[in-house]
Amino acid sequence: MRLMGKLSVVQKLEILSDAAKYDVSCASSGSKRKNTKNGLGNSSGMGICHSYTQDGRCVSLLKILLTNFCIFDCAYCVTRKSNDIRRTAFTVDEVVDLTINFYKRNYIEGLFLSSGIFKSADYTMERLVRVAKKLRKEHDFNGYIHLKAIPGASDELLYEAGLYADRLSVNIEMPSEKSLKLVAPEKSFKDAMEPMEYLKGAIQESKIERQKFRHAPKVSPGGQSTQLVIGASPENDKHILELSDQLYVEKKLKRVYYSGYVPISDDPRLPIVDKTPVLRENRLYQADWLMRFYKFDVNDIVNDEFPDLDIDIDPKAAHALRNPHLFPVDINKAEYHSILKIPGVGVKSAKKIIAARKFRKLNIEHLKKIGVIWKRAQFFIECGDSKYTVLNASSAIKRQFMLPAAKSTTISSTQLSLFQ
Amino acid sequence: MVELVFDGSYEGFLTCIFEMYIQKINDCTVVEQDHHQSKIFGEAIIVSTNEQHAERIINGIKDKTSKKVLAFIYSVFLQESTQIHNDLVYFIKMIFDGKAYKISDFGDSRILRLHKAKKMMGREVHRMHAFVRFQQLKDDLYVAIVNPDFNVLPLIGKHFKDRYPTMEWLIYDTKRSYGIFHSEGKIDVVNFEEHIDLYQEKIRHENLSSDELSYQKMWQAYFQSVNIKERNNTKLHERHVPRRYWTYLVEKWN
Ligand code: SF4
Repeated sequence: MRLMGKLSVVQKLEILSDAAKYDVSCASSGSKRKNTKNGLGNSSGMGICHSYTQDGRCVSLLKILLTNFCIFDCAYCVTRKSNDIRRTAFTVDEVVDLTINFYKRNYIEGLFLSSGIFKSADYTMERLVRVAKKLRKEHDFNGYIHLKAIPGASDELLYEAGLYADRLSVNIEMPSEKSLKLVAPEKSFKDAMEPMEYLKGAIQESKIERQKFRHAPKVSPGGQSTQLVIGASPENDKHILELSDQLYVEKKLKRVYYSGYVPISDDPRLPIVDKTPVLRENRLYQADWLMRFYKFDVNDIVNDEFPDLDIDIDPKAAHALRNPHLFPVDINKAEYHSILKIPGVGVKSAKKIIAARKFRKLNIEHLKKIGVIWKRAQFFIECGDSKYTVLNASSAIKRQFMLPAAKSTTISSTQLSLFQ
Repeated sequence: MVELVFDGSYEGFLTCIFEMYIQKINDCTVVEQDHHQSKIFGEAIIVSTNEQHAERIINGIKDKTSKKVLAFIYSVFLQESTQIHNDLVYFIKMIFDGKAYKISDFGDSRILRLHKAKKMMGREVHRMHAFVRFQQLKDDLYVAIVNPDFNVLPLIGKHFKDRYPTMEWLIYDTKRSYGIFHSEGKIDVVNFEEHIDLYQEKIRHENLSSDELSYQKMWQAYFQSVNIKERNNTKLHERHVPRRYWTYLVEKWN
């Protein structure tokens, strides 16, 4: 381990933000926090991206580790004990000061604080909580705070973290127990599930309390999230999406993030990959999106027959091509949910269609103006002037039209608007 | 066709609508003074802004529709385009003429254009929320210089007031030569006498607070180190942050 002489705050910032950047769960959404009269900041519920990195990812939070000292040795992590890197730690006050001053300049929406595990889970969690508490209590800070819940930390500390944070997350990282054990022998699925289960209870309880007593404390009002690393282990998309579905349904998670494995580590426990599976990651986000906003069932998207997502076309188009019996949809009569399932029609367009068809029967021109992507949608829509020949095109031709215009434009990052 | 020429203000625009009804002018267009070119044919009427008349139009719209529609009209007006202004006239007349006003009739191309304009305004507002960067001056005033595509300052004050209620801040639009200044919960419009041609990065260092440059440096360092080189995608980057906003962004100054 390399220890350094005293580092400046800039140097610490460089090291500890570099180490935190592979955690993708950066969205500052899902929590509404009003400012107080003399306070600083608020969370509107819709995160603002204040900048974008060169690779097109949203920068909305100051995302750092409190320290990159760690007693564990997880193969996929730059911070692992056996990695020969510079180690350092912020003081509580340094993090507080950076957050406040970045926030006042409108650089960020808030703080995302994670940490290597220093000494013990409780010791680390206690410091994370202290940062959040100081921001809320001493600086009247009402911007967004996301804290990592350290597996193994006591319920009391997790609860306290929930009082100050908008969202908490426990990362599962590897999509199966077997893969996790292989790369992080000290960890288990149970370690991640336990705090999740505890927090689920605490969050629900606080919601019920708040219905009775308006001033009962909010606990992690933005819920909890987790991250799965993609491409560092053999699980297929069906396995991954079913796990996500389970986390949404059973653990009431708000978000599952997918992080294409970046080959940062030459640890022999990991497979050799030459490229981050960016496209697969994007397809997983699209599928996840379909489950959360388009009312798709996970097995509509992946199942035993189709265990992996189609890399060339998006999962919504893939679903439509596999299920010709559900189409064409009569745009002037069909209900909202059927309209949502049409490729080329997004949530906004679907809502507009429902509104606009009250005034007149919609034809192709109307649909185009509303924002429907006709190139994709034409095969699946029946309206006054849709063409029989188009509707009956062979599935090979339809598939051709579902392919992205230029491949390069689909290699997109997680924050893209995923569907039209 | 008659042209009603107004001074560019919202009240002026609404006064034009008032005049249309009072003088029973049916076939006309409105145009901002600055965009007005006198023509050989056709008639131009210079409408002088009348706040009471504007107020009556506002109340009329509110009575017949809702606050939300009123906000929609105002926001779209600020796009400063003659075509959009005339689409608005069409829309407001529809409201007053007692036809079912059809704000959600996306099949009507003029209404659709208004919605598109609203969307563009929304996007610009959102970009201001995102890309405004304050610099702290010696006297603890936080200043941001902007030059947005549309006249969005009237739409962004509240956001920053809610967020920074205890700070004194100024957001100055150099394209339109005015700014909004916040102090103790109040927002005032400020004008500087002479036209100042100022860019965000050009605020003189001797006016900045002693810590300002060091926070800027830290933000730049942060921005550098969160990038994942293996995933660089310049095209996507520039779609999110179009180049014309780069002058705002501390992280882009080097
Ligand atoms: S415990 Fe966390 S910080 Fe430590 S090596 Fe494992 S993943 Fe990295």
